[in-house]
Amino acid sequence: MNKTNRLLMIYPEKCISCGTCELACSLEKENEFKPSNSRISVLRFDMGVTVPMTCFQCDTPSCVAACRTGALVKDTETGIVNVNTEKCIGCRMCEMACPFGNIQYNASTKTPMKCDLCGGDPECAKYCPTGAIEYVPAESSVLKKKREFSAKIAAAISEVKV
Amino acid sequence: MYGWTGTVLRVNLTEGTAIKEPLNPEYAKDYIGGRGLGTKYIADEVDPKADALGPENKLIYASGPLTGTMGISSGRHDIVAKGPLNDTIAASNSGGYFGPELKYAGYDLVIIEGKSEKPVYIYIYNDITEIRDAGELWGTDVHFATDKLLEETDQDAKVSCIGQAGENLVKIAAILNDKQRAAGRTGIGAVMGSKNLKALVVRGTGGVKIADKAAFIRTVQDARKKIKENPVTSGGLPAFGTNVLVNIINESGGFPTRNWQEAYFPEADKISGETQAKGNLVRNKGCAGCAIGCGRVEKAHGKFESSGEGPEYETTWAFGGDCGVSDINAILKANFLCNEMGLDTISMGSTIACAMELFEKGYITREDVGGDLSFGNAEAMVEMVKKTALREGFGDILAEGSYRLAERYGHPELSMSVKKQEMPAYDPRAIQGIGLNYATSNRGGCHVRGYTISPEILGLPMKMDPKSIDDKPGIVKIFQDLTSSISASGTCLFSSFAIGAGEIADELTATTGVKYSDEDVMKAGERIYNLERLYIMKAGYTGADDTLPPRLLNDPIPAGPSKGTVSHLMEMLPAYYEIRGWDEDGVPTAEKLEELGLTEYAL
Repeated sequence: MNKTNRLLMIYPEKCISCGTCELACSLEKENEFKPSNSRISVLRFDMGVTVPMTCFQCDTPSCVAACRTGALVKDTETGIVNVNTEKCIGCRMCEMACPFGNIQYNASTKTPMKCDLCGGDPECAKYCPTGAIEYVPAESSVLKKKREFSAKIAAAISEVKV
Repeated sequence: MYGWTGTVLRVNLTEGTAIKEPLNPEYAKDYIGGRGLGTKYIADEVDPKADALGPENKLIYASGPLTGTMGISSGRHDIVAKGPLNDTIAASNSGGYFGPELKYAGYDLVIIEGKSEKPVYIYIYNDITEIRDAGELWGTDVHFATDKLLEETDQDAKVSCIGQAGENLVKIAAILNDKQRAAGRTGIGAVMGSKNLKALVVRGTGGVKIADKAAFIRTVQDARKKIKENPVTSGGLPAFGTNVLVNIINESGGFPTRNWQEAYFPEADKISGETQAKGNLVRNKGCAGCAIGCGRVEKAHGKFESSGEGPEYETTWAFGGDCGVSDINAILKANFLCNEMGLDTISMGSTIACAMELFEKGYITREDVGGDLSFGNAEAMVEMVKKTALREGFGDILAEGSYRLAERYGHPELSMSVKKQEMPAYDPRAIQGIGLNYATSNRGGCHVRGYTISPEILGLPMKMDPKSIDDKPGIVKIFQDLTSSISASGTCLFSSFAIGAGEIADELTATTGVKYSDEDVMKAGERIYNLERLYIMKAGYTGADDTLPPRLLNDPIPAGPSKGTVSHLMEMLPAYYEIRGWDEDGVPTAEKLEELGLTEYAL
């Protein structure tokens, strides 16, 4: 894969809580529908507020820093934080180190589970029915967000009679 | 097994036991799951003459093979029992996230038997089942109880519970899951209450396996495309929820108003989906795996300030037009109270509307009611919801539903119900097919047994003239059978605006590995429908009960776009019986039972 210039953008305000991302992810990774082993999690709060959470592929990943055996590696080409299961000793330091809870140790397979962007074609974004998860060019992702929010401001301004 | 977990959990509250047993694969194939399998177990294990509120009744939580998968809108489960409102078979369907969790815990069905001596809840964590004390939760509402149960068990668990209404054996009590999603109809909440069972709490960390991943993905991608291209599932429903129907049905002249005395509500737009989207809607919400997202999170303002999920169109209608109330905030407040206290919004609103007509006609007095109960009195309506859940004052009488209310005061004809269950939101005088569906629905007045509104009003999958009776018996049968299968599979009925038996068959085949053709799907639905029919006939219903309130058969709609029309039910019914393979008394013939493999259930 080429050096990634795309990233997963999550828009919680567009999320309708359906959890399709968890289903798509677990089907891809586990060959069954199993949200508990999904690499993306949908956290639901009252009043329909929902936040999907998955690995941010940090530039200075705490999980990688904490890993003593080199089982977690940040691929500088793709930007993905990958797991080398053969090197993993199951110490769970990565779980402890991630400030976001986005890496989870699977006790039955004895490996850490985390998002690897499906190698560049993430299933979650493919199936999200409302566009709350998008896989977009890194450069334009923030700009898009800025544009969407500024559109709201523009609408408010245009309602005000000068 | 694939799709199905292959395991049934049987919890006996009298004995305090929880035993696992294998799911019979033949039953699974023939009845699919959900409403179908639940009905099969009830028919085999609960005497149709049993007391619905006695320990001999059973409460069955039933998921479908697609529940918990990425099948189209397949986050549903059914709760099946003998129903206390009208002694029919009660299968109440609900969305949210509870059904999938049951599958992830490893169960297709949970059969709850007997009666606990004291209030308890059941906690299932994968393989482990515990019956726990619920003494401190008894008397609390759904939201409080849910929060408390999550604290006591696991924050990621899912809760299905009753509020005060179910505990008080209110005959229109619902069971709520995920706080806001209701298995609403037939008074199923009272069955749970009668067992001294406050809640079923489930945490599942397992998965649902499917037989053919490639075929599944292909099928689901095609079907999702259809959902996305359909104007109802991708336009009207996400934008306005089911309330998109308020103006549509009103303009058709079939919006029952003031206890169905009229069928046009001039103030409908004050409570419409469009109005709610502007002033009340906070955000959309979807049940598990749903690509539609019709759920509403809304806020009520002013003196009715409150928030929660809903309303559905039928709720807006029941507390709105049917009660002559045009204050959307009052409607929302009544809806949220129903969710919190555990009541069916359709039957609650309709029962209050019936009381309002009794009041206006002078059959009940201010003394009976404890004040004014005129049409349009929003405060009184909201107050009556609370009183009903608590069985306080006049609420104790409302708690029995509209039929027993109207009968008590000598005017049963003013209960707008079929087989003692209140009909929702669509006037059969203006929309002929839906009347035939109401009259022949196996759980009494109900729109989600055969939603002919789809062709008659929305023109899906083809346009039919709502005023005509032509071809209606045939379409009612098709819709009733298909709906049975859709619900049994664990799929939301709303998917059927865009997909049909073909997609359900393909999804079932890919998921379970059992080959289902379109015909198999329709046949399974027909089997379920006929088994329900036999059960309610053994419970005491006859063809004479396949009728509508006399008002709909005799009194023409007084004004509006459908002025002058009545229901022509009796002209459609014989043809319907014939198409169904039932005799002139509405009894399934021996040949039909043989064809469906139901001979052992013959009357």
